[in-house]
Amino acid sequence: MASNVIRNTWTLTKIRVRLAMRNRTFLFFSLIMPLGFLFFFVTIFSKGDTAWTAYILGAILTMTVMGSFWGLSVQLVMFREAGILRRFRLAPLGAGPMLASSILSNYILVLPSVAIEILVTKFALHMQGWGNLWAIFLLVSIGSATFSAFGLIVASVTNTMQETQVINQVIWTAFLFLSGATVPLARFPHWIQGASLFMPATYLATGLENAATNLATHSEIITDLVALGIGLLVAFEISRRLFRWEPEAKLPGSAKLWVLAAMIPFIAFGTYENVKGDRLALVRQNFQMLNSASMTTPSKSH
Amino acid sequence: MTGPVIQVEGLYKNYGTVTALRGVNFSVEEGEVFGLLGPNGAGKTTTVEILEGMRTPDRGLARVCGLDPEKSGSRFKEMIGAVLQSTSLPDKIRVKEAIDLFANFYRVHGNTNDLLKRFQLEEKRDAFYSQLSGGQKQRLAIAMALVNNPQVVFLDEPTAGLDPQVRREIYDIIEELKRGKKTVLLTTHYIEEAERLCDRVAIIDYGRVIKIGTPRELKHASAGTTRIEVRLAKPVDNGVLGQLDAVANAREFDGTYVLHSTRAPHTIVALVKHLESDSNELQSLEMFSPSLEDVFIELTGRRLRD
Repeated sequence: MASNVIRNTWTLTKIRVRLAMRNRTFLFFSLIMPLGFLFFFVTIFSKGDTAWTAYILGAILTMTVMGSFWGLSVQLVMFREAGILRRFRLAPLGAGPMLASSILSNYILVLPSVAIEILVTKFALHMQGWGNLWAIFLLVSIGSATFSAFGLIVASVTNTMQETQVINQVIWTAFLFLSGATVPLARFPHWIQGASLFMPATYLATGLENAATNLATHSEIITDLVALGIGLLVAFEISRRLFRWEPEAKLPGSAKLWVLAAMIPFIAFGTYENVKGDRLALVRQNFQMLNSASMTTPSKSH
Repeated sequence: MTGPVIQVEGLYKNYGTVTALRGVNFSVEEGEVFGLLGPNGAGKTTTVEILEGMRTPDRGLARVCGLDPEKSGSRFKEMIGAVLQSTSLPDKIRVKEAIDLFANFYRVHGNTNDLLKRFQLEEKRDAFYSQLSGGQKQRLAIAMALVNNPQVVFLDEPTAGLDPQVRREIYDIIEELKRGKKTVLLTTHYIEEAERLCDRVAIIDYGRVIKIGTPRELKHASAGTTRIEVRLAKPVDNGVLGQLDAVANAREFDGTYVLHSTRAPHTIVALVKHLESDSNELQSLEMFSPSLEDVFIELTGRRLRD
């Protein structure tokens, strides 16, 4: 039984990777666009300051990993609406392999993008050092799976592509702009910084930025990994329970509350960090260190 | 196995306020090609999808090889093959990949190259799904349904929307299944398909099975009438035509009058006389030997494609 699940998951993973490689839109959004952002941000904001170049790499890696969220939800809804999932339903195949293969194939596809982004930053944009590569690898691995699982939840609770796009847009915007992935978290007012600790994206963004700049402590990285890991487990189980094969199998509006259920681990982490944790203090401290480092070189300003 | 391979008893299904099935009963024996014949919306697809384990009946019993389709999981799915009314696959999957993919889901499965050859898809093995014609897509759907060498095959309107040439190709495939002693449940609204392929046919309408038998038995039950279809210059009352010599019944469908006659020559003479006396005239007249279409009209008062 378990061997069937593993075999089916791997079979589906292979075909999903092949299909993605034939999709030009996927290649553009997962490879070309992040590289474009990388060059753009480094040119505009870093201006040769290697510490900031590494920080921007962390932010770009965050966007690449979080992209899993958007891509997977749209793909699953598209497959369901087109009746493709119905055909798979006739085979001896459960929801588990369908969902797990989405996550696994996405991970396989994210890794080369991440590697290319690191290599380009190192050799074309002259980043000094490599950052904490192990921490980057672990955060990318767990983060990619977690954000994929969030995407699958969105796909499971939405009934149409239009609904999916609207919900994705709202969540994506919050993830992108309030987590520190675009604007450094330390630049926000303190109340926004506190609120951002309730978002999974914050743990990924601060983790990757600190890993890329080599400012992260082991305990910080472990906290980030634990938060994302618990988020992954909860999100995968919720998406498995809510999974629908049929286009006409609609979920009641109340089922959308499951999205909030997936946030419970982050509400717990956010509450802890706001009350007792020192994450925000470290974020501010790291930001100051980056700024002071750049002050030593004239012509660098942020 | 002993007993019927497919057993359906008192099946009911509602979609909100719409009743799709109102107590469907039938059984299919091993090696039999059984047809569900009825117009669109009669309940054929709902019945088949319940038997495939894709829908839950509100009431009643559905068994395939003695198993409850909804609750028997992988064991059940290993035994069946199915062609949905509309099969969709990702646009960028290649033909060979699609067969390989589905083959890998089953413990026992056929050889992909053999299936490509059998379904005349060898030349298209590397083509994307989006590049296939309607007939090729349907052949691929059937190849995927047979990839696990199933005991029971469900074919839901396998030739709907296909041109006559492709339809004949699909008929050949179904006849091959018949020769291979597969148990096949076929839904269709094509009379010729049911007559040519099915050992037995259940006529279904408004969610009920209204008659079951071999095509020959059903046609015989239509009292050996000849169907005469006429178009007239001026409309006439059905009742008047129904009283003509040897007419068993008369109905009008979109300006065509359909008369079932026990003695066609007598009816035609009587019809011509009546039209002369009524200053009316014939625009066209066609005669057909009894078919399942006539049985359907007699039983329901409607044509299959109404």
